[in-house]
Amino acid sequence: MSAIRGAWRRVRQNRVIAISGGILIGVVLVAVIGPLVSPHDYLQTDFSNILHSPSFTGMHLFGTDDLGRDLFVRTLLGVQVTIIVALVASTVSLVFGVLYGAVAGFAGGRVDAVMMRFVDTLYALPFIFFVILLMVAFERNFFLIFVAIGAVNWLDMARIVRGQTLSLREREFVQAAQLTGVSFTRIIFRHIAPNVIGVVVVYLTLTIPQAILVESFLSFLGLGIQEPQTSLGALVDAGVNQMEGASWMLLIPAALLALILMCFNFIGDALRDVFDSRRSR
Amino acid sequence: MLRYALLRLLGAIPTLLLVIVLAFLMVHAAPGGPFDDERVLPPDIEANIAKAYQLDEPLAQQFLTYMAGLLRGDLGPSYRYRDHTVSELIGSAFPLSLKLGAMAMLFAVVMGVGVGTIAALRQNSLLDRIVMAFAMTGISIPVFVIAPVLVLLFAVQLHWLPAGWSGSEGAARFLLPAISLALPQIAYIARLTRASMIDVLASDFVRTARAQGLGTQAIVRYHALKPAMLPVLSYMGPAIAAILTGSVVVEEIFGIPGLGQFFVRGALNRDYTLVLGIVIFYATLVVLLNLIVDILYSVIDPRIRRR
Repeated sequence: MSAIRGAWRRVRQNRVIAISGGILIGVVLVAVIGPLVSPHDYLQTDFSNILHSPSFTGMHLFGTDDLGRDLFVRTLLGVQVTIIVALVASTVSLVFGVLYGAVAGFAGGRVDAVMMRFVDTLYALPFIFFVILLMVAFERNFFLIFVAIGAVNWLDMARIVRGQTLSLREREFVQAAQLTGVSFTRIIFRHIAPNVIGVVVVYLTLTIPQAILVESFLSFLGLGIQEPQTSLGALVDAGVNQMEGASWMLLIPAALLALILMCFNFIGDALRDVFDSRRSR
Repeated sequence: MLRYALLRLLGAIPTLLLVIVLAFLMVHAAPGGPFDDERVLPPDIEANIAKAYQLDEPLAQQFLTYMAGLLRGDLGPSYRYRDHTVSELIGSAFPLSLKLGAMAMLFAVVMGVGVGTIAALRQNSLLDRIVMAFAMTGISIPVFVIAPVLVLLFAVQLHWLPAGWSGSEGAARFLLPAISLALPQIAYIARLTRASMIDVLASDFVRTARAQGLGTQAIVRYHALKPAMLPVLSYMGPAIAAILTGSVVVEEIFGIPGLGQFFVRGALNRDYTLVLGIVIFYATLVVLLNLIVDILYSVIDPRIRRR
């Protein structure tokens, strides 16, 4: 317990985490509140105000797009969608990776060898192409996007959890549980999973930016979030088409996307330093 | 050595089979066929189309037919580009993508290793910190954000370089796409090189070389560079995959008629055979390139082979 408390203290004292975390919380707050206070909504088109540059007149803080829709509201909606997709997709990869890794590590022996060989095989593949294939073959819906993005990112998690489980398996409390006849599933859920949480949280912060990346990549290509819904990737795509006359359409969502990704990466990097004692020494 | 290479080659076969089966099943398990669009066709015409593309046969039979074709290098007809086979389309589009990817890879390795080495030699200096901050930023920003911003800056605003593919000639039109593709990889390789170079420079044999009076330049060139490159070499596999992926968006942004553009068009048009063929082609390419990297690794570092 004191080890966790010590780590938590180091997390709170870490300046990189504080600044990046503060920026992220700020962005999320603005993304949630902004659309509520703006006089516009994300669907409303205004053909007398097409490609209006950012200004306070008419309250188009981020300008308007080629259909006269207010980009302030659309961009903030895009931030919301991007972050929600990333969180849900990361949870999918978390659940899948933790279960797979725990089962492989706990079973050990030949089962472990086969399961990890499968992970190694998948590692060698350009996964994103399979995600695209999936998006082509099936109707594009939110659920599929979550699953597809989650499917990309579970490999690292599975490997890390397996390593942890291998060492947990030898510990007395797990062996005691086995001896008293606790079932395999119950050991995985009650004894293994709670004990790998710490490492998992650290890697989750690195999974979230990867999920954001995949989602915005798909949306940029027109294979992810569909109109009139939007995400930062879709907004960047729209911005590319209008960049010669209306550079704000590209630059604002591009900068926001980069900012969010950077904050998550900085936090993940710093957390890894805090929790990985080998590195911090 | 040859034995090792052959063993690795055999090991790649199950991977490739898995790829093909997965990709094939994904496409064929899709609800609805490739030809049911907005237009409703009379049932007998639909049956004729299905027959022409052998879609009326059982799935196992279709798979065997596809595999037989695959072994002869035939990926079937494209569903949308009439009169073209998928193999023809890949053959015509791939050389351009290969040129672009190779150029990006060259930039990534040369600049990444160079920048990383310089940062390692001046560890914790201001220069080092600036370089590493830039590297972290570079890793975070996706290719499809870097590319249009570079176009906006260097083509639209400054008019130094051409913005698009058509309407320009020569090597200049490769420059912006290749740099956009390479930037995140430069950042990543710089971080890798810096970390491993710092380790190597602290090792005993470097100290011995220094004690013998060798200058820093000579130490890096003749002693430190090779061992410090090993982590970079093992990153080549993921780097290749990242450049292939990035190539898809870069070709889309610059309007380069390469394989990535065909892939996106195919995906948006539901050209199943084309997308399936390109996925299999890309996966094979990545697996083979990974294999070459592994073999190269064992040539440079003989310790690997003894395991």
